[in-house]
Amino acid sequence: MTTDPKPDYSEQTQWMLRIRDQRDKRAFAQLFGFYAPRLKGFVMRAGAPAAQAEDIVQDVLLTVWRKAHMFDPARAQVSSWIYQIARNRQIDVIRKEARPVPEALAIDDETGEDPDGAEVMALEQETDRLRDALAKLAPAQREMIERAYLGELTHTEIRDATGLPLGTIKSRIRLGLDRLRHELKELR
Amino acid sequence: MTHPISHHLPAEVIASYAAGSLGQAYSLVVAAHVSMCDTCRAELAAQEAAGGVVLEAIGAASVSAGLLSRTLDRLDDPAPPEPAPPARNGVYPAPVMAALKGRLPKWKAVGGGVKQCVIGGDRDGISRLLFIPPGQAVPDHGHNGLELTLVLQGGFSDATGHFDVGDVEVADAALDHVPTADPGPPCIVVAATDAPLRFNTFLPRLLQPLFGI
Repeated sequence: MTTDPKPDYSEQTQWMLRIRDQRDKRAFAQLFGFYAPRLKGFVMRAGAPAAQAEDIVQDVLLTVWRKAHMFDPARAQVSSWIYQIARNRQIDVIRKEARPVPEALAIDDETGEDPDGAEVMALEQETDRLRDALAKLAPAQREMIERAYLGELTHTEIRDATGLPLGTIKSRIRLGLDRLRHELKELR
Repeated sequence: MTHPISHHLPAEVIASYAAGSLGQAYSLVVAAHVSMCDTCRAELAAQEAAGGVVLEAIGAASVSAGLLSRTLDRLDDPAPPEPAPPARNGVYPAPVMAALKGRLPKWKAVGGGVKQCVIGGDRDGISRLLFIPPGQAVPDHGHNGLELTLVLQGGFSDATGHFDVGDVEVADAALDHVPTADPGPPCIVVAATDAPLRFNTFLPRLLQPLFGI
């Protein structure tokens, strides 16, 4: 898995693939430049004081570096992957107890690879659509969505905070999972 | 997966898990169900994609000048040792084994052949494994809030339907149900409640404080 990142992937995906495949520190610095301020803004909105926020930002981005081998752009965008790491980190800090996480799907180097990048591109396009949908929401509705994903709403409050169309991205991810299950079965 | 799962988690419960606002006990049942169900795994990934979009769209805050170089300096540090997470063991998915700290459950009898093993809990709720002999009903009980019950072995039925391995029942305070285990292998479930189960018959209610259920 040392192929060069596809040029039509987003910058973020290209940085992350260089980190994963070439352990490229320049790419890490670029990724840091993009995500560190956003992460800091995010964890401060979620209640962390500024000093602690920078510790969390550093922890999250170090985790990105160390766990880069687990990054699979056909299954999650960089933003989604960093969101998961940030939520886990913040919850572990608050609760001092690891959050229960689902079983990982066994990804072995060559399996789960998407040779022509079609799945990666499709997922990027679906994520762009979500980004547009968020930008087009009325301010009050957008505020509710932000609060939901910052972890400020209970599940019953989230039920009423509709707005982001997740149906197509969900089917897209589901197809990828089916393909992966099929490949894993053939390996056995 | 040997047969299709027909009872799934509601999207808002998965969204709440993704966002970190769901309590530890419920999060355990969500993580266990997602381990068994690709429909809900895809739902979770979609919710996390939305979370990533929000993360990118929320206002950025400038970071201290030295943070990048301090972080770069640490890239070659040895990674802190992380004990390998427990793997699935028999009917118990990995997150349940993690809650059990890698050991199989130590059951405690609660009457009628039903056994339980409390595996986690905090102010927000309690998670437990229940072992229900074939044909046995779990004592008539209500609960004060959300109850999530995931079948790990066997199956059960109540007024709302039939639940097989991998199915999750979502009940609220309004549902007073009497789950009855299927004939065949004993039914094992992992359940989370936000409050102690309140049994509606006199004796179990009297014993409730003793057993912590």
